[in-house]
Amino acid sequence: MNLLIDAFAWIFDPAHLGGPNGIPIRLVQHLTISLAVLVIASVIAIPLGYLIGHTGRGRSLAVSLTGGFRALPTLGLLIIVALWLGIGIEAPIIALVVLAIPPVLAGAYSGFEAIDRRTIDSARAVGMTEGQIVRKVEVPLGLPLLIGGLRSATLQIIATATLADYVGAGGLGRFIFVGLKSNDYSQMLAGSLLVIALALISEGIFALLQKLVVPRGVVANQNADVRTPSSRRVAVVGSPTEERK
Amino acid sequence: MNWVIENLPLIGQRTLEHLALSIPPIVLSFVLSVPLGWVANRYRLSRGVLLTVLGLLYAIPSLPLLIVLPIILGTGARDSINVVVALTLYGIALMVRTTSDALGSVSSDISQSATAMGFSPWTRFWKVDLPLAGPVLLAGIRVVAVSTVSLVTVGAVLGIKSLGLLFTDGLQRNIVAEVLAGMVATIALALLIDAALVLLGRLLMPWARATRTSSTRRSRLTAEAAAS
Repeated sequence: MNLLIDAFAWIFDPAHLGGPNGIPIRLVQHLTISLAVLVIASVIAIPLGYLIGHTGRGRSLAVSLTGGFRALPTLGLLIIVALWLGIGIEAPIIALVVLAIPPVLAGAYSGFEAIDRRTIDSARAVGMTEGQIVRKVEVPLGLPLLIGGLRSATLQIIATATLADYVGAGGLGRFIFVGLKSNDYSQMLAGSLLVIALALISEGIFALLQKLVVPRGVVANQNADVRTPSSRRVAVVGSPTEERK
Repeated sequence: MNWVIENLPLIGQRTLEHLALSIPPIVLSFVLSVPLGWVANRYRLSRGVLLTVLGLLYAIPSLPLLIVLPIILGTGARDSINVVVALTLYGIALMVRTTSDALGSVSSDISQSATAMGFSPWTRFWKVDLPLAGPVLLAGIRVVAVSTVSLVTVGAVLGIKSLGLLFTDGLQRNIVAEVLAGMVATIALALLIDAALVLLGRLLMPWARATRTSSTRRSRLTAEAAAS
C-alpha cells in the first residue's frame, strides 16, 4: 500500500500540479484529444447510423463491421498509423476516430431498431412524413441507446488516448510512459490513477445523461411497461453498460 | 514481406505466447460468470449492485489496470498473471450481464413445467435453464473472446510477451511489415478462436440449429391442416 501512498504523494506534489509537464496540462491535452475525436466520430457515424436504422438497409454490414472492429488491436492500429504519418498528433487522432466510429454507429442504429415497429407504423399512419418520423419519433426514442454508444466510444477513446502517448500524443499517458522508462513506479501509478478517475467520471456523467434523455412519454409509461420489445433481433454489442430495454 | 518470411519462427512463438495469455481469461470469465450471472438474475438487489460494480470495472482502461493490479495482487509489474487477471475481470464484466439476461429470458412456463416434472432447482438449472440460455451465452463469450485476444496486445508496452511485442518492436525499429504481421496474426487468432467457439456451440447445442427447421415444419403442418 506504500506504493499507493507514494502515487498520491506524487499527484499532490506541487511540482506536478503546474508547469509545462504538470498534471493540468496533460489533463487538458487528454480531454482535448478525446473531445475532438468524439466530435469527429459522431459527425461521421451518427448520420450514417440513423440512415441504417431508419431504412434497415446495410444493417448486416454495419453489424459485422462493428463486431469485426473488436478484433482490431488498438495498439497495432495506433502504431501503424504513426509509422505511416509520422510522430505527432494527427496519427493518434485518426486511429482514435477509426476506433470510436463503430460504437457510435452501433448506438445510433440500434437506438432506432429498439423502437417497436408499431410505434413507427402508427406515426406513418397519422400522416407523418419520413423526415418527421425520424426527427419526432425515432431520434427521441433512440436517444438513450445513442448516448450508450457515445458512452462506450468515450471510454474507448479515453483508454486508447492513454496508449496514444506511446506514439507521442501527450496526455495523461505521458506519466505512465515516462515512469516506465525511468522505472519510476509511483509516477506510472499516479498516471494510471488519474486516467482511471477520468474514465469513471465520464462513465458517471454518461450514465446520468442516459437516464435524463429518456423521453417523458416513455418515463410516464415505464411502470406499465407499454413499450413492447423490438420485433427485430437485438445485436450483441460489446458493452455491459448499454440499456436493453 | 521478406521480414515475415525471415521471422516466421518468431511470429509462431509470439502467437503461442499470445494464445497462452488469451485462453485462460476466456475460460475463467465464462466459468465465473455462470454463478455470478445466476445470482444477478435471481435477486433484484444483487443484480443492481453486481451490474453497477462490473460496469465500473469495465470502464477502467486496460493499461492503467495492468499497472494498478500488481499492487493489489502483490505480483511483479511485468508479470503475465496481471494480464490474465485484468482480462478475466473485463470478461466477467461483459459476461455476467449476458448470463443474467440469458437466464432471465428463459420462459417461466418452461421453468414451471420443469418443476412440475419433478426437477429439483439444481437439476433444473443444469438441464433446463442453462441449455436454453446457451445460444445467448455463446454470443456473449464470442464477444469476450474476440476482445480478449485483441486486448492481450496492450501488455506489450509493459514488456509482457505476446503478438503485441511485434507492434512495439516494429515501431522502435521502423519495420511496417512487422507491425502489419502482428495485426494480421492477432486478428487471425481472434477469428480462429471465434470459429472454434461456434463449432463448440454446434457440438454442444445441436438443437440451436434444428429449431428453425422444426418451426418451419410446424408452420407447414399447420398450413396443411388448415388447407385440408
